[in-house]
Amino acid sequence: MSHSAETTSHGSVKSYLVGFVLSVILTGIPFWMVMSGHFGKSVLFYSVVSFALVQIVVHLKYFLHLNFSVKGRMDTFAFLFTALIIVMVVGLSIWIIYSANAMMM
Amino acid sequence: MSAVPETLKFANEHGLHADDHGGGHHDEHQDTGGNTLFGFWLYLMTDCILFASVFATYAVLYMNTDGGVSGKDIFDLNFVLVETAALLVSSITYGFAFLYAHKQQKAGTLLWLLVTMALGCVFIAMEVYEFHHLIVEGHNPDGSAFLSSFFALVGMHGLHVTAGLIWMLVMVLEVLKRGLGAQTVTRLGCLSLFWHFLDIVWVCLFTVVYLLGAM
Repeated sequence: MSHSAETTSHGSVKSYLVGFVLSVILTGIPFWMVMSGHFGKSVLFYSVVSFALVQIVVHLKYFLHLNFSVKGRMDTFAFLFTALIIVMVVGLSIWIIYSANAMMM
Repeated sequence: MSAVPETLKFANEHGLHADDHGGGHHDEHQDTGGNTLFGFWLYLMTDCILFASVFATYAVLYMNTDGGVSGKDIFDLNFVLVETAALLVSSITYGFAFLYAHKQQKAGTLLWLLVTMALGCVFIAMEVYEFHHLIVEGHNPDGSAFLSSFFALVGMHGLHVTAGLIWMLVMVLEVLKRGLGAQTVTRLGCLSLFWHFLDIVWVCLFTVVYLLGAM
């Protein structure tokens, strides 16, 4: 029983390969979009950021094996809490400083 | 009352006896292995917040170029694409090393660890070259707020990767000398988390700094 739990939390060749192929696609498309120069600024911004967010989820799932199983739940909760802090630190910093910049002009 | 017989039953099932010191210790390590990994994961979460702070600094300062170069002038996306490829492939090769370690296959573990180290060295060498190239062209870290935050953010990731490479070298020596005991596999597990975590940071980095900077 414990053995099957171990194999799921350490992944398999297949899970690493799936994660790798998805990452290659999710890296290739944004690089191509920026380098080709066919796209407008706002389209580029939102798509590049979205591809990065999806790729982070892919890495967490297939390389770091985060999941909601009983064994791995605490890791996932710790990550979600950290993600909340990061959104606050980065998002609010940018909000405050950019507003300040706008008001100073 | 019933706890003692349960423990004994567990010990018997796992071939452990009160006088069997080696076995008892082995079980203790198995138990602390999970705690070690969780503790290391919590450390990585604090490292995440450290990176987030420097990312926030970069996001706030990147437009302050002091009349000097901006990202658009100094970033070469082809170069960054090769760096990204090296790091991404090193992530999957470390995964293979870790899978071999779980199968207790020493040769496979060592081979994939060495491949991972080679790819990590390619990444670091390219980053050092990029930094050197920028400084030679006169774009020093003290040139502008943009350059300071750029060197701090990318350099901090580079230092983490360098630390990971040194750790990996130590693990190669440990596997060579001691084989793949429970403790060694736990350590490889911590390094696995560290290495994949650095790849995630790099995804944020090439997106925020290089892709958004070059468009």
